[in-house]
Amino acid sequence: MTIQPALEAQKETAAEIMTGAEMVVRALVDQGVTDLFGYPGGAVLPIYDALFHEPRLNHILVRHEQGATHAAEGYARSTGRPGVVLVTSGPGATNAVTGITDALMDSIPLVVITGQVPTHLIGTDAFQECDTVGITRPCTKHNYLVKDVADLPHVLHEAFKIATTGRPGPVVVDIPKDVQFATGLYVGPGAARASHNYRPRLDGDPAKIAEAAALIAGARRPILYTGGGVINAGPKASQLLREFAALTRAPVTSTLMGLGAFPASDPAWLGMVGMHGAYEANHAMHDCDVLVSIGARFDDRVTGRLDAFSPGSKRIHIDIDPSSIGKVVRTDIGIVGDAGHVLAELIASWKRQRLAPNAPALATWWAQIDKWRARRGFAYRNSQTLIKPQHAIERLYALTRGRDVYITTEVGQHQMWAAQFFHFDEPNRWMTSGGLGTMGYGLPAAVGVQVAHPRSLVIDIAGDASVQMTMQELSTAIQFDLPIKIFILNNQWMGMVRQWQELLHGQRYSHSYSDSLPDFVKLAEAYGALGLRAEHPSELDAKIVQMIDSPRPVLFDCRVESAENCFPMIPSGKAHNEMILGEEAVDIGAVIDEAGKKLV
Amino acid sequence: MTVEPPASAYDMGHRVEVESLATFAILVDNEPGVLHRVVGLFASRGYNIESLTVAETDETAHTSRITIVTRGTPKVLTQIQAQLEKMVSTRHVVNVTVDPNGVQRELALVKVRGVGGDRVEALRIADIFRARVIDTTTQSFIFEITGAPSKIDKFTDLMRPLGLVEVSRTGVLSIERGEETL
Repeated sequence: MTIQPALEAQKETAAEIMTGAEMVVRALVDQGVTDLFGYPGGAVLPIYDALFHEPRLNHILVRHEQGATHAAEGYARSTGRPGVVLVTSGPGATNAVTGITDALMDSIPLVVITGQVPTHLIGTDAFQECDTVGITRPCTKHNYLVKDVADLPHVLHEAFKIATTGRPGPVVVDIPKDVQFATGLYVGPGAARASHNYRPRLDGDPAKIAEAAALIAGARRPILYTGGGVINAGPKASQLLREFAALTRAPVTSTLMGLGAFPASDPAWLGMVGMHGAYEANHAMHDCDVLVSIGARFDDRVTGRLDAFSPGSKRIHIDIDPSSIGKVVRTDIGIVGDAGHVLAELIASWKRQRLAPNAPALATWWAQIDKWRARRGFAYRNSQTLIKPQHAIERLYALTRGRDVYITTEVGQHQMWAAQFFHFDEPNRWMTSGGLGTMGYGLPAAVGVQVAHPRSLVIDIAGDASVQMTMQELSTAIQFDLPIKIFILNNQWMGMVRQWQELLHGQRYSHSYSDSLPDFVKLAEAYGALGLRAEHPSELDAKIVQMIDSPRPVLFDCRVESAENCFPMIPSGKAHNEMILGEEAVDIGAVIDEAGKKLV
Repeated sequence: MTVEPPASAYDMGHRVEVESLATFAILVDNEPGVLHRVVGLFASRGYNIESLTVAETDETAHTSRITIVTRGTPKVLTQIQAQLEKMVSTRHVVNVTVDPNGVQRELALVKVRGVGGDRVEALRIADIFRARVIDTTTQSFIFEITGAPSKIDKFTDLMRPLGLVEVSRTGVLSIERGEETL
């Protein structure tokens, strides 16, 4: 009983002489890291040498450094713990930049350790030298170049603190090779000094919270608009969101990043909001009178046309990042704080003030919402001869019920269909690249998720174009016995590019056809994975079951209708209530005006 | 006044809104790259820098003070302050323009070339502005002038017809009146 706390205390304040490379490995262990993703090279060899002697750290060797960063993101997003990356200088660091930027945009905690040429060679254009801190300054939450081994343990512990607290994000620690060899005094996390005045605010302003609670209680048409911030605030925040929704009886919608924080099976769930979101969610956002944003940032994919965005609403914006509040839309009550803390305080304030929702008004509001729901915005025309991509995801969802499932995606049409037709009742189950929109995210992210959850079913819902961007990580999955399932909706197009060219560029399909696609089944076999192909609706279910039941990594080539477009859709430059449904989409190009065509 | 929101997030930069000058005093940790962080933030988010000064101001606390004059709508200025405060290396940010106790000063070196009556007139104006002559030849003067940026603007305007050929300005420094500190 007494040994464990004593050991813990020792770990916290340990002070020992060791090399910089040993400090890195020791700091990772002391920070509770068990797995990391990396690729060795000249400038990190001392750290890899120290890693060789450390059985407590499980190193996953990727095939490209971008894969390491996405794997670490998947690991972080599915566990709530930081993802750790170890790469070499120069190309190792530059290859990691896409994943680091992705993590910044989606607020994913990463600690990325990069090797650097020895300090006396910095600035001489040495072999595999690049200005890593210069390159990563705009795409990290913070970064360091450690020139003195005496600073190293302090920097490493602070890096974990900065990455994981406040609005999470990636932190890069660039360590020259001579600093890795140098000897110094290592201190544990408890004894490390912080060199910055970094204190994120977690608790909301009580007066504003009381005001917000009263405003919500007085609402006739409230809506809760939630985002990735709720998931980042931990599982407790998702529980509190459910509690708060039940108290207020307000409908709940969410951003792409926030899916799972509120159960899709709950009657109050409207579905995702935004460009390809639910018809009912977008109309409710437009017509609401009190909009409560929790951990979401009014991305342009969510708001649509800004001067027609939710025109009659009072807006409460809860965000841990003060710069998010008022950045895009006008806010009436801005509350800076952690989503979980503020939700708890809102619930407490609601109870303390003995507030109650306006039942008659809400009955009318819900009746209106039911009318929007009756439009069945996600409806599509199924086929007996061709596999519709929506149908493929519906079957994937149905056939994985009762399983412990994690979903990752690439970026494009398949991603939107996955968000529309795969439903989540829990947080941390859905890993997708939202802000940066990184094709190639899903496969390595699935590798990371599977490392964290070895016995779970991890599926990357992919597209034929995206999956080829990081295809080589299938080799990683084979090497480490990670039985990820890559479910490719293969329409032989960059589907979303093709859709926009069809709708906005006069059907001039400039360079969006996936020519010379590999035979995915043979490719799987070449890597040592199981390759499956479904070409007809009648064989889909059996093949999906075969995929799920396989203990190996599977590459599933699901041949789907190639001309299918993703609907419903808010056309560029239009408002939420101008959403177009699939059945109406005869000539969507004519609906979008010249200004709209210039938007991305 | 109320400003209509733009038609789309993408149109935000193209609208004519009422812009004003603002001076931010930023206390940062004095560490390598910190100026790049601030300048990079302005560049990447499309904010203007009208002037910038930086130097270490507290050796024991390892802090530097950066003073930036920028221009923007009230919404942009609020966003600039929030983005600056978000940086891990930032200790404190104050928009000194909105502070009634704020004092702003700038130093300029002004070279004026001329002979005869213009030379006399230049000296007379310099005297009025309390500018000092720090170098002289038979053909030129260099004046040193300190004051609010508007005073320096006025001075250079008056010197232009008298043979002004070169100006070097430090950019704005600011501090608060009274015993309060940043």
